Amino acid sequence: MNAFELKNIIPVISYDINKNIVVVSNRQLFFSLKCLKLHFNYQYVLLSCISGVDFLGKRYRFGVVYDLLSLTFNQRIRIKTFVNEITPVISVTDLYINANWWEREVWDLFGIYFESHPDLRRILTDYGFEGHPMRKDFPCYGFIELRYDESKKRIVVEPVVLAQEFRLFTFQTPW
Amino acid sequence: MVLKKKELNRELKNFTINFGPQHPAAHGVLRLILELDGEIVKKADPHIGLLHRGTEKLIEYKTYLQALPYFDRLDYVSMMAQEHTYSLAVENIGKIAVPKRAQVIRVIFCEITRILNHLLAVGCHAMDVGAMTPFLWAFEEREKLMEFYERVSGARMHAAFIRPGGVSYDLPVGFLDDLYIFCSQFNIRLDEIEEMLTNNRIWKERLVDIGVVSAKEAVDWGFSGVMIRGSGLPWDLRKTQPYEIYQDLSFRVPVGTNGDCFDRYVIRVEEMRQSINIIEQCFKLIEGGSIKSSNFKMGTSYRSEMKSSMEALIHHFKMYTEGIVLPFGESYTATEAPKGEFGVYLVSNGTDKPYRCKIKAPGFGHLQALDHMSNGHMIADVVTIIGTQDIVFGEIDR
Repeated sequence: MNAFELKNIIPVISYDINKNIVVVSNRQLFFSLKCLKLHFNYQYVLLSCISGVDFLGKRYRFGVVYDLLSLTFNQRIRIKTFVNEITPVISVTDLYINANWWEREVWDLFGIYFESHPDLRRILTDYGFEGHPMRKDFPCYGFIELRYDESKKRIVVEPVVLAQEFRLFTFQTPW
Repeated sequence: MVLKKKELNRELKNFTINFGPQHPAAHGVLRLILELDGEIVKKADPHIGLLHRGTEKLIEYKTYLQALPYFDRLDYVSMMAQEHTYSLAVENIGKIAVPKRAQVIRVIFCEITRILNHLLAVGCHAMDVGAMTPFLWAFEEREKLMEFYERVSGARMHAAFIRPGGVSYDLPVGFLDDLYIFCSQFNIRLDEIEEMLTNNRIWKERLVDIGVVSAKEAVDWGFSGVMIRGSGLPWDLRKTQPYEIYQDLSFRVPVGTNGDCFDRYVIRVEEMRQSINIIEQCFKLIEGGSIKSSNFKMGTSYRSEMKSSMEALIHHFKMYTEGIVLPFGESYTATEAPKGEFGVYLVSNGTDKPYRCKIKAPGFGHLQALDHMSNGHMIADVVTIIGTQDIVFGEIDR
């Protein structure tokens, strides 16, 4: 049950034995997850969550992280894969049904496209929302704001106007 | 005009209705598009995100300490359980050791939070199904518990009490005495609630064999917490992957047999009894000592020392301007929150702010199985299933 053994089974790019982190390439992702789920010595049958990470400025900008749990061996493993902005990730909904919403969430917040996903709609943001808010180049305050207009008796959508400059304090230790 | 036979037996189209977002039984702002065949649910499509506040995005713009109060506001009925998970994640990356007394206090409050959550879950579930009284009784007990929150932190709900490195304040004088009095009477209150529900014919008719989830389905859908235990899998992170002092405590993990809503209700009630049991064990384990990590670069220093010690003043200033600076690293920390496995995936890039803080909310995983669980049931059973999943939108929408 360690990453050395794992290397014989799935095409690992790099791994961290202590933390049970494995990096695989995007093309081998489905195969790797399938091995980990169905292999008798691993049985990572439960998908805890899928998270996206945006490494802005890197060659492979996005990281997609799969946290798996093996109930039989009481062990967790984290599978990571890295993609650039235009490469889709293969959907794992055929393996783990609950990947459906997690992938929708990653698509919604990061704009990572999941190939062969059955129902890739936005999930957390508003109907008709544009952009992918968790990307590092998306500003914290967004682009549009909503308010109720008393004279028009309805909600109006306007571009964001900041009453004061957006303040972001970065205290990078000077001492 | 001649009628063709084909036109006579025309197929009826399914009926689509919009459940919520303002429906009281939807537990907040759930918009559910239900496709009905008569009164039978054919398809349920939950639309979530109406309470999306962008917590994960906001956390990226805050220091580690400023990010903590957001966790209270995720699942706003189990506040401290989430602070606790976040604190553990920070401690995990920063390799911060927590003193024993702080651990015991944390466990006490995690269990208080579990009771707080389950009281609401059972109470509101009963009210959705039609029983008003247990709700009122449960809320009376919740008030008492929230007063314990208030006594240690000053806030009844959003406490920000459990912090990286320990807890923010020590227990006030007489706190444990009053908690003991609470514990000694709480089982009777639970008996009263159970008298109203457990053998109640209507309650059973509404819950037994509704929303049945087999053990395999529970695993496939990634369930955790009460939802997976209701299906017969004894999976409790407090037992299987213990944190804090849970390995020293003896408590039982109730497990269901049928995987229906009634089993999950019984499990919730039993878990509250076990929580009382755990708190009573903590009375014996608690000892004097520090409530914070002595590494003041990774946690707040004592305000009392600040007036007389130069070093404490520097630590205080540094903590509240710059905050904690964690080394490079990442961790997925999961704890047994009342609703299931609450996880925080924290990525640190060596600065004072989290690079990425992914929140794995148990309710998110449970709600996506709503379609599966409600398929073939009556429309009134959808309400029961939402109730048994213990949906709170703060954590699902984040």
